[in-house]
Amino acid sequence: MKKFDKDRLILGLAAPVLAIVAAFVLTALVLLATGKEPFHAFNVMFDKGLTSDSQVFILNKATPYYLAGIAVAIGFRMNLFNIGVDGQYRLAAFFAAVVGGAVNLPSVIQIPLIILTAMLVGAMWAGIAGVLKVTRGVSEVITTIMLNAIATAVIGYFMIPGRLAQLHADTNSVSTKEIPSSGHFFGFDMGTDGTIWGFIVIAVLVGVLYWFGLSRTRFGFDLRTVGRSESAAGASGVNVKRMIITSMLLSGAIAGLVGMPVLLNDAHQFSTEFPAGIGFTGIAVALLGRNHPIGIALAALLWGWLEIASSKLEFEDYDKEIVGVMQGIIVLCVVIAYEVVRRYGIKRQQQKVGEELAAQARTKQEAAA
Amino acid sequence: MLRGTVHALVGENGAGKSTLMKILYGMQRPDEGTITLDGEKADLHTPADAIRLGIGMVHQHFMLADNLTVLENIVLGAEQLHGIGGKARAKIKELSDAYGLGVRPDLLVEDLGVADRQRVEILKVLYRGARTLILDEPTAVLVPQEVEALFANLRELKSEGLTIIFISHKLGEVLSVADAITVIRRGTTVGDADPKSVTVKQLAELMVGSELPSPETRESTVTSEVLLDVKGLKLAAVDAEGIERTVLGDVSLTIHKGEVLGIAGVEGNGQAELVEAIMGMRTPDAGVITLDGADISTAPTRKRREDGIGYIPEDRHRHGLLLEGTLWENRILGHVTEKPNSRGALLDLTAARRDTERIVKEYDVRTPGIEVTAASLSGGNQQKLIVGREMSHLPKLLIAAHPTRGVDVGAQAQIWDQIRQARREGLAVLLISADLDELIGLSDTLRVMYRGHLVADADPATITPEELGSAMTGAASGHLEHTDAEGEDR
Repeated sequence: MKKFDKDRLILGLAAPVLAIVAAFVLTALVLLATGKEPFHAFNVMFDKGLTSDSQVFILNKATPYYLAGIAVAIGFRMNLFNIGVDGQYRLAAFFAAVVGGAVNLPSVIQIPLIILTAMLVGAMWAGIAGVLKVTRGVSEVITTIMLNAIATAVIGYFMIPGRLAQLHADTNSVSTKEIPSSGHFFGFDMGTDGTIWGFIVIAVLVGVLYWFGLSRTRFGFDLRTVGRSESAAGASGVNVKRMIITSMLLSGAIAGLVGMPVLLNDAHQFSTEFPAGIGFTGIAVALLGRNHPIGIALAALLWGWLEIASSKLEFEDYDKEIVGVMQGIIVLCVVIAYEVVRRYGIKRQQQKVGEELAAQARTKQEAAA
Repeated sequence: MLRGTVHALVGENGAGKSTLMKILYGMQRPDEGTITLDGEKADLHTPADAIRLGIGMVHQHFMLADNLTVLENIVLGAEQLHGIGGKARAKIKELSDAYGLGVRPDLLVEDLGVADRQRVEILKVLYRGARTLILDEPTAVLVPQEVEALFANLRELKSEGLTIIFISHKLGEVLSVADAITVIRRGTTVGDADPKSVTVKQLAELMVGSELPSPETRESTVTSEVLLDVKGLKLAAVDAEGIERTVLGDVSLTIHKGEVLGIAGVEGNGQAELVEAIMGMRTPDAGVITLDGADISTAPTRKRREDGIGYIPEDRHRHGLLLEGTLWENRILGHVTEKPNSRGALLDLTAARRDTERIVKEYDVRTPGIEVTAASLSGGNQQKLIVGREMSHLPKLLIAAHPTRGVDVGAQAQIWDQIRQARREGLAVLLISADLDELIGLSDTLRVMYRGHLVADADPATITPEELGSAMTGAASGHLEHTDAEGEDR
C-alpha cells in the first residue's frame, strides 16, 4: 500500500504549499496596488531576513510560537478549540515570575520550580474551561475567550507596586521582582549574531513527547478517537468527559510553557512589556502545521521569519503591515486549501478503492476462466 | 426501465448498486457510458441536475433535521418552488393525499416513527417534482406491517406513472413488489429476472452463485449457566416538551452461556437504550447488571469490554467506526487496552496491523489494503470488519444490534455462521434485529419489547413473523397467541 502513503504525503504537503504560494501572489498584488515594487520586497525578505543574526532571531521567536502551536494542536486533535492559550500563558508567566522572584534556590531547583508553576497555572486556567464544558455544556470557545480577558484583568490587578509588582524609579516602569541568576536558563552563544535561547531544547522535547504520546500510546489513541468521533469513542470505552478535562489540562500546561523562553532566557521578569498575543499566533501556526509536530515547527519558523522580514522591510521604505496582510492571507488560504484537499483526498481514495477492487475481481474471474 | 414500473436492483455488497445509484443521482461521474432519460441523453453532474430531471433519491440513512417540523423538512432547500407558507402546505397536502401517504405537516420529525420518517423522505422527493424515485433499502428498518403499507404506497405511485428503482437485499420482498429485476455482480449486470417466474432461490443463486443462506439454528446449545443477568433496569428521559417519558420500565432478562436471546420490537421502543445501558454508555436510574457472576452495574464501558462484552452497534457510523481512520486504527478501536493492540501503555502498531490483515482475510473484507480509510469501504465490508474485530477478542457476551443490516446475502450467511459457531462454544448473544426472519432463525429465546417494557415471550420454533409483528406494534401486547411460553416482566 505504499502508493496510498505517497499519495497521502503529497496531499498533505499540497495544502500548505498552495496556501503560501497564494499568499505571495496576493501580497504581490496588494503591493502593486499600493504602487510599490513587489519583487524587491521579496528580495529584501529573502536576503536580509535570512542572514545569520536573523536566523538566531527567527529561532528565538519560533520557540514560543512552537510551544503555543503545540498547546493549540492538542486541543485540535480533540476537536477542542483552545483560544485561551493567550491568557493561559500570560497568567502562567506572571505567577511563575512572581514565584521565581520571591525565592533564590540552586538552579536545579529554581528553574524547575518556575517551569512547574507556569505549567500548573496554565493547566488550571485551561481546566476551568474544561470543567465548564463537561459539567455545564458551555462551549470552550466562549469560555477560553472570556478567560483571556479575565487573565488580563487579574494580571492588571496584581501588577501594581505593593501588590505583586514593584516600581523601578529609574525607568518609571512596573514589573515583578527580577528572577535571580540561578533562575536563568542557559543559551547557545553565537558571538556577534546573538544568543540562541536554550529553551529551544525544551520545545523540541515537547514536540517529541507530543508526537510519541499521540501516535504511540493508548492515551493518545483515545484522545484522537474522541477528536474524530465522540460517539464512537464513548462506545469504544473512552470516558469522553474525563478526556475533555485531561486534554484541556494538558493543553493549558503546555500553554504555560509559552512564556518561559522569554522569561527565563531574556526578560527575567514580568513587566508590562511582556510579549502578548503569542497564543493567537499559536492558532495560526497549528493550523498551518496541520497539528503535526514537524509541520508546526516549520510554521513557527515561517512566522518568525516573516516577523524579522517585516522589520527589514521597514528600512526599505515598505509598510511593515504588509507582512501582517501576508500572515492573514496565509491562514485564510490554509483553512480553505485544507478543506479542498481533504475532500479531494476522500473522493480520490474511494475511487481508487473501487478501481482496485474491480481489478482484483477481474483477475480472479480471468484466473477462473 | 419502463415508466410506471417498480424496477428492483439486487446484488451483493460492493457489487456496485450504490455506485450505480450515485451516478444516477449525479453524485459521481461515470468513466464511460451514457444515461438516457425519456429518450434524451442525460448528463448528470450534481444531484441538482438529477433533481431537475425528475430523479429523486431516498437514502438508506434518513436525511432529516429532527428538530424541524415535517413541513420545514420538506421545504428546506426547495423554498423557491412554492415558498414556505400556505402554498407549500397546500402542495404537501395535495401530494400526500394523491399518493395516500398520510403525512401530517406540523409534527416534529423527532416525534415520528421510522415508517413515518420514510414517508416524509418520499414526500420530500416528490415535492421536488421527482418522476423517478430511487429507494435505497427502504424496508431494512420496517416491520412486516409497515413494509406492506410502504408497498401499497409504491403501487399507488406506480399507478400515477412514476418509476421506482428499488434496492433491497430481501429477495422475498423484491419478488412481491417488483415488476422487473436486474441483478448485478461485481460491477456488471449478470442478468434480468422476471418476478413472475423466478423463485427466491434462483434469484439468490444469480446474485452470489451460491445457495440462499438461512438463519435457521435448531439444535440447542443453551446451558444452565447464567452469563448475563439484568434486573429491574429503569430509565426515564425528558423529551422535547419537558414531559418525563419512560424509556426503560423495569426491564429484566437473563441470558445463559450458549444462548441467543432475541429482542423483537419496532425501533425506538427502548432497545437502543437497553443496549447502551448494558454497554455502560448510558446510566440507568435503577437496576443491576451482572456479567458472569460479577456486578458490573457501575463499571465503565472500557471495563465491560475488557470483561468480555463484544458490541456490534446498531449505527456503525456513529458507534462502530472512525470513518476517517484507517482499517487498522478501526481494528484497535474499542480494544485499545487489549492484545494485540497494545503492550502496557504503548500501542503495538506492528501487531495491530498484522492482526488487521488477518481479519481482512478471515472475514473476507473486500479492500485493497489496510491503510485505506473505513469510509471508502462499502457498508457490508465495514460490518464484516466490525464483526471480525469483536469476535477476535473471544467475547463471553455479544451484543449484536442489527448485525446484518445493509449486508448482502453472502456476508449475511457468514455473520450468522460466526454467531452460531461462537454460540456452540458458549457465547451468549443479545440479538436485536428488525429482520424478523433473522430473529426467529437465530434466537433460542424471543422477547418482545414495546414502549420500554418486555411485554411478551415467544418460542422461535413456533412463532411466525406476522404474530411477532402484531406484538411489536402493541396490538398483542402482554400475550402472544401460538406461543409456548408467555411472560410478563413487570
